[in-house]
Amino acid sequence: MSEVSSISHSSHDDHHHHKETFITKYIFSQDHKMIAKQYLILGVLFMGFIGVAMSLLFRLQLAWPEQSFAVFDIFLGDWAPEGVMDPNIYLALVTIHGTIMVFFVLTAGLSGTFSNLLIPLQIGARDMASGLLNMISFWLFFLSSMIMLASLFVEAGPAAAGWTIYPPLSALPQAQPGSGMGMTLWLISMAIFVASSLLGSLNYIVTVINLRTKGMSMFRLPLTIWAFFVTAIIGVISFPVLLSASLLLIMDRSFGTSFFLSDIFVQGEVLHYQGGSPVLFEHLFWFLGHPEVYIVLLPALGITSEIIATNSRKPIFGYRAMVASILAIAFLSTVVWGHHMFISGMNPFLGSVFTFTTLLIAIPSAVKAFNYITTLWKGNLQFNPGMLFSIGLVSTFITGGLTGIILGDSTLDINIHDTYFVVAHFHLVMGISALYGLFAGVYHWFPKLFGKMMNKNLGYIHFWVTAIAAYGVFFPMHFIGMAGLPRRYYTNTAFPYFDDLANINVVITVFALLAGAAQLVFLYNFISSMFFGKKAEMNPWRSNTMEWTAPVEHVHGNWPGEIPHVYRWAYDYSKPGQKEDFVLQTTPLSKGEKETEH
Amino acid sequence: MTVLLTLTILILIGVALWQITKIFELSQLGQKKDNSQIATEKDNDLNGKLMFAFLVFIYAVTIYSFWTYSKVLLPESASAHGPAYDTLLWISFAVILFAQTLTQAVLHIFAYQYRGINNRKAYFFTHDNKLEFIWTIIPAIIFFMLIIYGMITWGKIMNFEEDEDALVVELYAQQWNWKARYGGVDNVLGDANVRFLNDFDGKNSVGIDSSDPNGMDDFVVTQEFHLPINRKVIFKLRSQDVLHSAYMPHFRAQMNCVPGMITEFSFTPTKTTDEMRMNSDVVDKVNRINKIRYENSKLLTANGEEALEPYQFDYLLLCAKICGTSHYNMQMKIVVESEKDYEKWVAKQKIFSEVIQ
Repeated sequence: MSEVSSISHSSHDDHHHHKETFITKYIFSQDHKMIAKQYLILGVLFMGFIGVAMSLLFRLQLAWPEQSFAVFDIFLGDWAPEGVMDPNIYLALVTIHGTIMVFFVLTAGLSGTFSNLLIPLQIGARDMASGLLNMISFWLFFLSSMIMLASLFVEAGPAAAGWTIYPPLSALPQAQPGSGMGMTLWLISMAIFVASSLLGSLNYIVTVINLRTKGMSMFRLPLTIWAFFVTAIIGVISFPVLLSASLLLIMDRSFGTSFFLSDIFVQGEVLHYQGGSPVLFEHLFWFLGHPEVYIVLLPALGITSEIIATNSRKPIFGYRAMVASILAIAFLSTVVWGHHMFISGMNPFLGSVFTFTTLLIAIPSAVKAFNYITTLWKGNLQFNPGMLFSIGLVSTFITGGLTGIILGDSTLDINIHDTYFVVAHFHLVMGISALYGLFAGVYHWFPKLFGKMMNKNLGYIHFWVTAIAAYGVFFPMHFIGMAGLPRRYYTNTAFPYFDDLANINVVITVFALLAGAAQLVFLYNFISSMFFGKKAEMNPWRSNTMEWTAPVEHVHGNWPGEIPHVYRWAYDYSKPGQKEDFVLQTTPLSKGEKETEH
Repeated sequence: MTVLLTLTILILIGVALWQITKIFELSQLGQKKDNSQIATEKDNDLNGKLMFAFLVFIYAVTIYSFWTYSKVLLPESASAHGPAYDTLLWISFAVILFAQTLTQAVLHIFAYQYRGINNRKAYFFTHDNKLEFIWTIIPAIIFFMLIIYGMITWGKIMNFEEDEDALVVELYAQQWNWKARYGGVDNVLGDANVRFLNDFDGKNSVGIDSSDPNGMDDFVVTQEFHLPINRKVIFKLRSQDVLHSAYMPHFRAQMNCVPGMITEFSFTPTKTTDEMRMNSDVVDKVNRINKIRYENSKLLTANGEEALEPYQFDYLLLCAKICGTSHYNMQMKIVVESEKDYEKWVAKQKIFSEVIQ
């Protein structure tokens, strides 16, 4: 196989001197490094900015309900008469915030950036298996993003049925303003998004299987690649199900079918729908929706594995256990979706089954956390910003993951389902954790992406302020959830019973604004370093993996000469008998040196 | 104008950050020049110590939150299955807090203790199957115990028998209010469907099938519904338009209302509304709320608006599933009372055959 790949590489060399114009280099590029940068800037920076800004808007409303804000007047216009946010637009903001953060930032942005950048560079390939499909994947993502953003400008407002878009609310334009044109655009955007995601995932899988350089056996792959590889497989298995759910919903909405609808009376009228079930939609949605959590999380964990090992100057502890736990999580992630539906009306017996599978998935997750902690033990920790975010990820992954014991238990779910407790749980375990993984990756591979270093002091400020603010936002949320406050409430002033939660909501919003401000520091650091940052050396973090053997200046085909061969695993840090505390994967075993058993 | 102002502020913040980084760099000029942007021994030391400080911060936030926010939590349960629910919840919390305290401590203390020092070599330690086995098996055992306890409780709550003594109540959800229907003398709900909603000039508010004799003595109430104490209630849930979720937090009860199907939940109320109002946690909560409402009223009256009414505790039925514009204000009062008071209340209701005349 490796011979085949080297043949294809050399034949590629022969004709890779094609001319590059501005358009083929920066816009319709087929080079994985450029596509990675495109995903980073569109998916993470641009969409991320919008998603976070939306959350700050509705946090203002939650802390000071129904008060007039100039900022609402500016950004929401007619949807905020006299600066007071309208309930429909509150729901729309919540919906689009969720959609953007989960899909556009943490799925496309995270995987799109780092799978694209690292898969070819860390396995020793000239590029992705298909540069063309890779380019199409990005431009479909671009199209999907633009349609989603366009939905913000339709008259009745964007989709407002929650990011889970459960029908009948999402299916009936009569049920709420957000279920009209805005919802149609949402569905079209997501259908294109799925196509983009599938093309990307297929490419990642094929590349990892076929294009590894000589010596790069599966068990010499860095854990980043394992994580991206398995993530892509989960994506290919589960995203098509969302596509079918979206298509069926489009049919119900526009062509009068009854897949998800039955016996409905709305606005004084009995509708014709007969025989469908909204519960079917919930099954289809969560068959993607739960694996989606791991599609978001696994790449972040892969990035963390790499960065923690490098900056601890130690091998990652339990490499094979880490691979096994990734595989176990991937498998289990497809059989736990029902824990979102304990009280949906499905048979209670299924509740027991899904409780069982859900708590099973906690075991490989626990193994991962323990392995990270052991990797730190007796290390020589280099606190680069990427390392701080990686340790931060482990910390929030534990804090957020543990409350999953409560939510995954069908019995306990009864009374906290759809309350703020859920919001606190998933924001910590997948939102904040995955964002930390994303930030860690950006700080760590910025030199590889842009040939420049990011400012570390700003990185430190960014991390510590974010870390404190994240706890300030999400820790108190557990309590308002356990006080019985349901999520997606425009205000809780309609219930005097919740009046004593108002102060907690103010605390949360203040921390949220602080967290938002900290991201501006990151944005500033990113942009200024991109242009004026210090030039990076070839291997600034003294890391073992192959991407650091490629020149700082990007070249088409990644390595100017022959692709280096690989002789060892990725984690020979501080190996006894070696001069340096790192040994590149491309360094042959020295005389008498035994390959590390792992 | 505001846009301009915001932009100016953003630019100024940018300039300030730029200057701060400059100062950082300048302050390090005198020492060994290092602008490699790679962590130095000094950075490691500072951030390692901050890691330890962060552990203290996590503990402080946890203790502070439990100390000050515990009082907002739900009071003791008012249903027969509630205590079992609460016990399981607090056992799970004990496990969580134990694991959280321990693992965060180890994580952050390692981060502090092994902060990098120049020329120190890390310990080469690749794997240890025994350790992996231990920390696979320990969580597994704990989770299995929780699962089994959880499943037993779940089975007890969900697999209720349809015995004849149980009171049958239909909770009927629509955008954006609740209605409750009782079976009347025969305690049997008549058939119903949304197709009948427009019959009898809209007086058939939950769509009872008038050809089903069981439905003629049914009665429908809005705003509040009553339950007799210590009698099992079987709820049949319906929705006429979109998904709703009948959430009764004080009874540890929730079930979705799904158009096109009837879902079920059951519990036995064990405390009357009056008894619950005497509960010390509830008394404290009501006092706190009324203090807040009094303060808010002062502001309102100063602006010439009406003051807020003092709050009195009542059991609540809320909607917990996003259902559109007024999702946040879809409520019904639940009154739990003695069998005698309940019968009196029932006697006052108008049955379906009277309503449609």
